[in-house]
Amino acid sequence: MTTAVKDLSQDRQKQMISAHYAKLARAREDGRKVVYTFVPGNLTELLNNLGLLPVLPEINALQSGMRGKTGDYIHIAEKAGHSEDVCTYVKADIGMLKSGNVGPTGEPLPKPDLLLLSYTGCFTFLKWFELLKREYDCPVVMLHVPYQGDGRITEPMRKYVADQLRDEVIPALEKLAGRKVDYDLLREQLKLSALAENDLVWVLESAKHRPSPIDAYFGGVYYIGPIFTSFRGTTDAVEYYQLLHGEIQQRLDDGLGPVTPEGTLQEEKYRIVVEGPPNWTSFREFWRMFYGEGAVVVASSYTKVGGLYDRGFRHDPSRPLETLADYCMGCYTNLSLPDRINLLEKYINDYAADGFLINSVKSCNSFSAGQLLILRELEKRTGRSGGFIESDLVDPRYFSAANIKNRLESYFQMVEAKRARS
Amino acid sequence: MSLATQEAPMAAGELADLVGSATRLYEDLELKAVRDWKANDPARRAIGFLPVYVPREVIHAAGALPVGIMGGGDQIEIVRGDSYFQSYICHLPRSVIELAVSGRLGALDGFVFPSICDVIRNLSGMFKVLMAEKWVHYLDLPQNFDRASGGKFYRHEMATIANGVSALTGIEVTNERLRDSIRLYNENRRALADLQALRVQSPWLVPATEYYLLLRASYLLPPEAHTQMVRDYMRLSRTSQRHAQDNIRVMVRGAFCEQPPLGLLRTLERAGCYLVDDDFVLGARFIPEPLPEDGDPWQALIDGFLYKSLPTASKYDVNATKEAEVVQRARDVRADGVLLIAPSFCDPALLDQPMLARALDKAGIPYTSFKYAEDTGQFQVIREQAGTFADAIKLWGTK
Ligand code: SF4
Ligand code: SF4
Repeated sequence: MTTAVKDLSQDRQKQMISAHYAKLARAREDGRKVVYTFVPGNLTELLNNLGLLPVLPEINALQSGMRGKTGDYIHIAEKAGHSEDVCTYVKADIGMLKSGNVGPTGEPLPKPDLLLLSYTGCFTFLKWFELLKREYDCPVVMLHVPYQGDGRITEPMRKYVADQLRDEVIPALEKLAGRKVDYDLLREQLKLSALAENDLVWVLESAKHRPSPIDAYFGGVYYIGPIFTSFRGTTDAVEYYQLLHGEIQQRLDDGLGPVTPEGTLQEEKYRIVVEGPPNWTSFREFWRMFYGEGAVVVASSYTKVGGLYDRGFRHDPSRPLETLADYCMGCYTNLSLPDRINLLEKYINDYAADGFLINSVKSCNSFSAGQLLILRELEKRTGRSGGFIESDLVDPRYFSAANIKNRLESYFQMVEAKRARS
Repeated sequence: MSLATQEAPMAAGELADLVGSATRLYEDLELKAVRDWKANDPARRAIGFLPVYVPREVIHAAGALPVGIMGGGDQIEIVRGDSYFQSYICHLPRSVIELAVSGRLGALDGFVFPSICDVIRNLSGMFKVLMAEKWVHYLDLPQNFDRASGGKFYRHEMATIANGVSALTGIEVTNERLRDSIRLYNENRRALADLQALRVQSPWLVPATEYYLLLRASYLLPPEAHTQMVRDYMRLSRTSQRHAQDNIRVMVRGAFCEQPPLGLLRTLERAGCYLVDDDFVLGARFIPEPLPEDGDPWQALIDGFLYKSLPTASKYDVNATKEAEVVQRARDVRADGVLLIAPSFCDPALLDQPMLARALDKAGIPYTSFKYAEDTGQFQVIREQAGTFADAIKLWGTK
């Protein structure tokens, strides 16, 4: 592998994130209001439109995981009465809160002025904010986002979400912000969202080439950062994705494989589709188990949790509330299980994958319940090898490196053997 | 060792017969009762529904029998179900899948999966894959408790169910039919409320296992038959020779979905606890009060759900009143203590627990908590825990 070179896009993203945390740190002095909300189905454009600052507790949890803090945080939450069995994102957040709510920059995060509860794709979000509501003296605004149980978004579903936005969510946000939503600005923002979405899709689909210039899981989680969090609908995001697009185009032109922490991957031996979130506490180690074997993830479902754009959805400035509704309902974990199977099958075929792998995380029933059926169905439908490993998002107790490495090695051998046979 | 290990005397005579019938229904995992009901008329259809709540009136008004699916308890060996779920997922879905793939749910013509948690939600999709020939519907109950938005959406959801079931039965859900169904279920609500009142007043007349079996029977019987069963039970129980024991009165929370095995209920009683309130089989009495029997029947169901349904972990608590409610309820039923129980790996129940525990602490109401699974077979630890809890209350508690 060649030596790692920092991409400009990576620097750009870092600057954007630090600027956001700096704003959060100064929120009180600057008189800015803070809204806690979740990644899937987030309403970033609206919050930005009103000058409100979002905090995303899942991002805090994953960043704490990457910084090796979640073991302690989870322990604190469990000592405070939370069960060992439940989602560790919630416990990591509660433990962090009980430890002073210090963010990744070392400064405490501001308390929320409002909890914006959209539970797109996950019921645990409901409980999470019920718990936070009891820690902070602030209002909660509910946005009920219906699930695509029948595999599609119907007009009454769309109307229900749009009505809630217009009649409940927006008035509450406006009250907090002390000003009205600027709809002209919102349309501009949505236009910018769509521009960034175009580039993101282009980047993700670049993995259809051989060799793939990206890793759509381990690299992908960085690529989705700005658009899934506080930057969708901003010029910052548009510029970031243009920069990224340019860099990936260059890699394609140069016939290069994906960037890894140890430089460019020289030989693409296996093309894999991955279902399920990554592990954050041993993220690098986990990644190494893939690139060390020459495995490249060419498509993943996790990079669709905060928006599923590669089926054609784009934020549409001509119908702001309806488009926000469609966005909320379209996130990956809001898809029915049969539709998740269809999507993964399509990825396996479209990206000419050698096989697929499920990382089943203990925390997340939203992802995990039903994954063994997904495994069977995909094997049946595609004839490609399926692998299954278990870990967790941020609980280091559930990342057994030796075990996972063994399983992955056997899995890649299985892929190899199957390939040899055919 | 517990100070009191008395148990309610066994039912005798007619009462024993009635309890026996309820027990047979509880054990009827092959759904023979449903097959028999359907055999009387080949046009009959039956619709299975999962915990917690579905508007049974709508299914009933479309001419089908709503049948509650509560898992397999400790009564079936899981042969294939485990291969569909990781070890860290609760037990209920694996026994439900076991029931499905073993053909035991064959008497059912369709399924409704209410929104309660991600496991049940995803299970609905698994059914769509595994039982592609059946009608499978995911019911998104509103978490927005506003008539104008959540109510409107719920009306549409109910209409979807009505259309789905009507397509199977050929019977349209008219307002008149729906009002008739509401009337029947109101009778059932009244009977169950009376039974609950009797239990609060004289818990020795309504042992926990019998109460539980009666609730479960409501998930297999047509409403009028079940109402009759409850009424008969009360009549017989009142005249039984059962007397009060020196037990404490406990309220149970956390068992709204996966159900504890009967043995666990027996264990609690043997440990000296009268169960005076609980959230078992919650869908059977989720809206405890009768609904209006005239006017717009859909609105009656909507308002029932939005404004009258019981608090539970799977429902978002808009105004953060669950603490006050649990304390008030414990006082209303004169509970000496509360058992916060939860199925292993159940996010909704387990994430609710710290909130309830804190409220009980503040109110000075003793509580203890433990986990179970529907197939828990060893009760020694639970018996000791419940026994110690009961003893502590008897010696130093609020009695
Ligand atoms: S259950 Fe999954 S989606 Fe929900 S909060 Fe936990 S990790 Fe996130
Ligand atoms: S027991 Fe809990 S986690 Fe399991 S299906 Fe029921 S509510 Fe969901």
